[in-house]
Amino acid sequence: MLSQLDKKLLEKVADLHEIPQGAYNIRKNGSGIGRNTTNNINIVNKTDQSGIDIIVKPGTVNESVHIPVILSTEGFQDMVYNTFDIGEGSDVLVVAGCGIHSGGDENSQHDGVHDFIVRKGAKMRYVEKHYGEGDGTGKRILNPKTIITVEQDGVAEIELVQIKGVDQTIRDTEVYLHNNARLIVTERLLTYADQEAESKITVELLGEESTAQIISRSVAQDQSKQIFYLNMLGKNKCRGHIQCDSIIMDQAVVRAVPEISAYHTDAQLIHEAAIGKIASEQILKLMSLGLSENEAEEKILEGFLK
Amino acid sequence: MQEYNHSFNYRLQTNKWGEMEMLQIKDLSLHVEEGGSSVEILRNINLSFEEKKFYAITGPNGGGKSSLAKVIMGIVKPTQGSIYFNGEDITSLGITDRAKRKMGYAFQQPPRFKGFKIKDLLNLSFGEETSEQAICDVLLEVGLCAQDYLNRDVDASLSGGELKRIEIATVIARDLTLAIFDEPEAGIDLWSFQKLVETFKKMHKDKETIMIIISHQEKILRLADEVIIIADGTVKEQAKRDDIMPRIVQDLECGCNKTCDIGGSADAEPIG
Ligand SMILES: Nc1ncnc2c1ncn2[C@@H]1O[C@H](COP(=O)(O)OP(=O)(O)O)[C@@H](O)[C@H]1O
Ligand SMILES: [Mg+2]
Repeated sequence: MLSQLDKKLLEKVADLHEIPQGAYNIRKNGSGIGRNTTNNINIVNKTDQSGIDIIVKPGTVNESVHIPVILSTEGFQDMVYNTFDIGEGSDVLVVAGCGIHSGGDENSQHDGVHDFIVRKGAKMRYVEKHYGEGDGTGKRILNPKTIITVEQDGVAEIELVQIKGVDQTIRDTEVYLHNNARLIVTERLLTYADQEAESKITVELLGEESTAQIISRSVAQDQSKQIFYLNMLGKNKCRGHIQCDSIIMDQAVVRAVPEISAYHTDAQLIHEAAIGKIASEQILKLMSLGLSENEAEEKILEGFLK
Repeated sequence: MQEYNHSFNYRLQTNKWGEMEMLQIKDLSLHVEEGGSSVEILRNINLSFEEKKFYAITGPNGGGKSSLAKVIMGIVKPTQGSIYFNGEDITSLGITDRAKRKMGYAFQQPPRFKGFKIKDLLNLSFGEETSEQAICDVLLEVGLCAQDYLNRDVDASLSGGELKRIEIATVIARDLTLAIFDEPEAGIDLWSFQKLVETFKKMHKDKETIMIIISHQEKILRLADEVIIIADGTVKEQAKRDDIMPRIVQDLECGCNKTCDIGGSADAEPIG
């Protein structure tokens, strides 16, 4: 049974209002509390460690798998290793995410490794949302590691979102792209109060005609701190583009450390990074439409992080 | 109530022809601090704008036209002087309050917004959730095909002319007593410009909005009831269109705006 609190956390991290359609596995405070498999998508427990294997049969199209994690006991430390095998020619949506409610003074932490192989010609959209809430002084900590290999002609579209309530995060994403594989990463991050966030994304363009695009947007408020290490390595005829854009406010600190490296004369790599406050012209324009200064600021941030 | 009406009418003056003066600018000056010294941008401006009328403001670059528009909209605070709108002293009101009193301003250099779709920005302009049809209509008014533009971001992907037309649309979308457009023609192709001219006429006629258009285009000046010339931070002239147009056209034709040697001889050979 899901409590009201559980439902709220699930809605925040997986846009779930009800038990999802299709395959799912819901993990609460370290153990599975619900699972469904379909003819095409199987989920099995790992035997050697905590975690699951998600196996999508070749040719599976228009199916989804939801694997949210919720932590609602104070001071819980969780650690999983999940493996995804996205079969040849399939087209699926994978929704992961972690919601933490901590009312107490002890830290709650979820560390997870998600290891994907997107097989030949397969297309996967992967959405990962992080959310925290609760009044206690205990920190809500999330450290996800994501490893994605995209085989020939495969496509991975990745959406990483953390808007509220996570006090500390170190996010580490590694992607390996083979011939004609395509990667699109959209990252959205908001930090406030004393939150700290670090995001490291490393993309190796190994195959001919592989392409990668990373669009990272963040807002840092109050005393929060953000660090971005976005790195692309072009090892074949390939194209890569990183756009890293941050709005800085109050006493926040944002560091963007770009790196692009080419190991092939036909590698084309671009890195654009910008940090700045909200343009005053934008605020003036919205005020001239009748919005107050605060409303204007909110709208601008909301749009920027959408 | 009685008293309120009384004081209200007391401020709302009529001019010598009995027309209502909706916007009055009195003894207005603007100075800005630059490198420790004070620079004069606007000097002793006195102007009045009457209800339902159409005004054009023109004059050389750097003359102070945009600064005046920004002072009217509340974006820049004047150093001296006062502004009355609809009988109320609005000198100390901020931008939002002036917007709520149905004043609008289309920026000369509009900002871009990352993550805002054109339809989001226009929704804000309408002030409330509005129908997609209404948004399409207003895009059409500025010569943009809604299908192609509704879901595009108001960011660097728009050309200068497209951005400018979106900016104009944000002002047309509103229900305004007074609308100021700052060089709406800049960067806009001939076909779209023709459409804009029609749109300004229509807005003025349908909504009875007081139009103030800062422009260098004869076509726009010809729409106006009155033309105001601003140069060196002050009003050089305010006159009925038909009185002022012949002189402006002559100035333009001989390529100078001070003394004109060629003057009079209309068939003089153009140089070059
Ligand atoms: N904030 C400012 N600081 C210094 N100079 C300014 C500022 N704003 C405007 N100016 C100057 O005031 C003059 C008038 O500018 P503007 O109103 O933009 O003229 P126009 O719109 O008629 O071309 C210009 O010389 C401009 O450089
Ligand atoms: Mg100007």
